[in-house]
Amino acid sequence: MTDKSMNSVDKARRNLLKGGAAAAVVTLAPGVTLQTVQAAVTGPATSAKRWGMLVDANAPEGVWDLAVEACKAEQGWGKTENVNQATDPQWIRKVSIKDPKTGAKATLPVMCQHCAKPPCVDVCPTGASMKRADGIVLVDKHICIGCRFCMMACPYSCRSFVHEDVRGQKPHMPRGKGTVEACTMCVHRVDKGQKPACVDAVNAAGSNAIIFGDLNDPNSDIARAVSKFVTQRIRSDLGVEPGIHYRGI
Amino acid sequence: MRSASRILSLTVLGFALLAIGLGISSPAQAGDVPLPNPAKAFKGEQCVEPNDVMRRNHFEFLKHQRDETLREGIRGQKYSLNDCVDCHAVKSPDVAGGKVRTLKPFCKECHDYAAVSIDCFACHTGAAVPGIGKQSALPSNHDVTNAIAALEKHLGKGADQ
Repeated sequence: MTDKSMNSVDKARRNLLKGGAAAAVVTLAPGVTLQTVQAAVTGPATSAKRWGMLVDANAPEGVWDLAVEACKAEQGWGKTENVNQATDPQWIRKVSIKDPKTGAKATLPVMCQHCAKPPCVDVCPTGASMKRADGIVLVDKHICIGCRFCMMACPYSCRSFVHEDVRGQKPHMPRGKGTVEACTMCVHRVDKGQKPACVDAVNAAGSNAIIFGDLNDPNSDIARAVSKFVTQRIRSDLGVEPGIHYRGI
Repeated sequence: MRSASRILSLTVLGFALLAIGLGISSPAQAGDVPLPNPAKAFKGEQCVEPNDVMRRNHFEFLKHQRDETLREGIRGQKYSLNDCVDCHAVKSPDVAGGKVRTLKPFCKECHDYAAVSIDCFACHTGAAVPGIGKQSALPSNHDVTNAIAALEKHLGKGADQ
């Protein structure tokens, strides 16, 4: 037996001991079983990966509306009832910019930039604002006290405070009054091997305006694109090293 | 400083005596309040742990795993609030006019009895949706479910074993 196969056996044993890979098996009769489900434990997130996005601001403006609507539908924010429009949560925004000297215009989506050195995490008094090992920045709403320091600290104004009661939340995205929230880079989808909802929506429209992937993997689409094109990160002078890269701004 | 520490120690002693006094003078009167009677699981025959373990420790399981899921990204482990919803969500006139299955009435039954007030449902809806948990692989109204139940009954393997 080679070392490699030993490792895989050990892994399987560990999963079995953790109770994760155990399938629910119903005994119909002696020797006859019905296997109902095969659950597997995934994770933990490791620093070997660095999830990021590359946004092409030269793409036609219409795709960003698709991205915003997809985010609303996936995460359950952006409802119009029982909401004060002045303070409603916004996880992703379509932002238009114009260079006053040249008149050049661009429209781009701005969401949590998933910084490598996130200021929101630095200032959080409870540890609720946190960065996963794979670079995704999240709010642990279980211990968020709603102080909004992180909203003050974020250079991109990408966090929102929930001012109103929330109803009809998604099972994968609990949301509640009195906590701060922001783009999660669809962590629930990423952990399943899927792309974030905004990326899927843009891709489904036949556009490649947002590329999602692992920046640490030199063979990934995003790593190749980032090495091929000149990209920029918003306010890179701050040194917070965002995971969201932009082209054409 | 010395007087402050003396006051502190007296306070601690006072609380300890008070606790002992309460324990002796007012034992739990089981007859006063009706015992909780939570609904039977909507799906499945056996919880992820024996019933007595779940009653005493379910919050520890959930709290421990929620941190691992959110902060470390470990998913698909044994304990999951969504799996609770999958099996234990029931219809109740108190929630959405009895139109949806939710976990709230099930939790409320014992939490009211024990005067426990937690705010899971401020953020988690507790509403059952298709595919929310592992049991959903087999719908409760699936023909096979009845067949299994009938066969199990026939073989003398009840829900308690």
